[in-house]
Amino acid sequence: MKSDVGSKKWGIGRIGMYLFLTVISLFSLFPFYWMFVMSTSHSSAYNSIPPAMVPGDQLKENFQKVLDMIPFFQSMFNTLIVCLTVTIVVLFISSLAGFAFSKLKFPGKNILFFAILFTIIIPPQLGLIPQYLLVAKAGLLDHLFAAMVLFFLNPLGIFLMRQYVSESVPEELIEAARLDGCSIFRIYRSIVLPIILPAFATLGIIVFTSVWGEFLWQFTVLRDPESYTIQVALASLNNTFKVDFGMLLSGVFWATVPLLIVFLLFNKLFISSIAEGSVK
Amino acid sequence: MVSLDEKHQKRRRKGFSSQEMKEMLSGYLYISPFFIIFAIIGLYPAIFSLILAFQKWNGMGEMEFVGLSNFQVILSDPLFWKSVYNTIILGLMGTAPQLVIGLILAFLLNLSYLRFKAFFRVTIFMPYITSMVAVALVFSVFFSNNETALVNYIIGLFGFDPVSWKTSEWGAKIAISTMVFWRWLGYNTIIYLAGMQSIPNELYEASRIDGASIFQQLRYITIPLLKPFIILTVFFSTVGAMQLFTEPTVFLGNTAFARDEAMTVVMYLYRDAFRLSSFGTASAAAIVLLLFIVVASAFNMMLTKRLGKDGGKHV
Repeated sequence: MKSDVGSKKWGIGRIGMYLFLTVISLFSLFPFYWMFVMSTSHSSAYNSIPPAMVPGDQLKENFQKVLDMIPFFQSMFNTLIVCLTVTIVVLFISSLAGFAFSKLKFPGKNILFFAILFTIIIPPQLGLIPQYLLVAKAGLLDHLFAAMVLFFLNPLGIFLMRQYVSESVPEELIEAARLDGCSIFRIYRSIVLPIILPAFATLGIIVFTSVWGEFLWQFTVLRDPESYTIQVALASLNNTFKVDFGMLLSGVFWATVPLLIVFLLFNKLFISSIAEGSVK
Repeated sequence: MVSLDEKHQKRRRKGFSSQEMKEMLSGYLYISPFFIIFAIIGLYPAIFSLILAFQKWNGMGEMEFVGLSNFQVILSDPLFWKSVYNTIILGLMGTAPQLVIGLILAFLLNLSYLRFKAFFRVTIFMPYITSMVAVALVFSVFFSNNETALVNYIIGLFGFDPVSWKTSEWGAKIAISTMVFWRWLGYNTIIYLAGMQSIPNELYEASRIDGASIFQQLRYITIPLLKPFIILTVFFSTVGAMQLFTEPTVFLGNTAFARDEAMTVVMYLYRDAFRLSSFGTASAAAIVLLLFIVVASAFNMMLTKRLGKDGGKHV
């Protein structure tokens, strides 16, 4: 048996531990910092030895080059519309279904619920080609609706909402409302909805961030630059033969900043939401 | 208890009252959106893919039934096997270190006497909120082919020659698995941390009194009790790794579909469908991919379960 290493204050073990955590933290932070450095530097800074490590004075110039290449603000706006719409639709579908699965009685309830869970294992690429053909046939290529529609399906959301409704909405409350003659939709709207609002934040964050970063599907159905979401637009910046790194990382930087700020402001809620969404 | 009595009363009666009928209809109505959308954009495409895998079709003219020949074509295509090999290697290189280091990080973040906990947690998790495209672009600059690329400069300090990261077999793989590692490390750490918080602190205290080192605690207490969470992350990572597409595609830019060092299975099927208009072989590749995902997750789950048992035996 070893001696009491774990609890010794400021022994080698503890210093090593803080060192390890600090190195990993720097490793995590560095790309963010460096993204900023490059987005403010002349592209020649990239060729300097040693590499540039302090911000330059090309902040505006680089971003102007981004604007010349892609409709940046239009793409950000498109992404925002896509993310918000998907989030709202998923919250609505999931909470309604979660309420039904948890509080209403109807035959086949459990089988249907397991059917929904089962759809989680179908990989999205399996249907990619027919999904594309379907969208093309409906004349929806380059439409934002096409970029959204795939993500309305969110089995995890239904699972989380059912869980949350079961845990936090007391049966007695619903019984009482029934006796008062409330319609079932009224029960959902006036009793269930206010109670499950915290779960909306959790699921909303999960859905919003995942749709924000979505690429493959958008890349497949959006071909007109005016309809690009920000991810597709950013990827197109790297598609030329000679890439201006300052311009490229300026685009990435400005596309990352908004979500980064929101994350830093609400980091506790973010982290607990993502963990909860995966662990439940 | 009122509701229970009512339930019994209702069950004794035959048929449904109008109120029960209403409730049933509402139930079906409220869960129907998922099923309607799933039928259109989930089920129908999956079945269509299955049919398409046995047809020859360029997306425009008539379909022609060709039996298993699409499978023959892809299974005898060296590029397909190269993409399978790449996917597996990238999966191993990108996810295995991530899970091991994530476990250690979570263990440290869970120590009661650790200071600056919130700071470390936020910084380690931060990469997760960047999009895969953003990560791939930043790393495409870190790992550019230039001799002055940041990573080439750093390895130069240790006396190594510059590497052509985008056009060499292992260069591309190292670059891509590094970005996968960077983005997902914090995510897995947070899941492990959530799991560890459910392990009672007394266990650690008791073991500390017995003189267990940090590594012994990790091995004999944390890992066995964390098994369900480890299985979860291994499952997510396996499925994610088999579907790798965005990172290599964006990292390589305009050469993504022209070179084979980092072509993954999903890139292969994307290229077949949307660059070569060969929808039949692309669908066959999608179905082979599905089988691979099932086999790979089953294999990894088995492995993970054994890991837990080994730890348990020693205790």
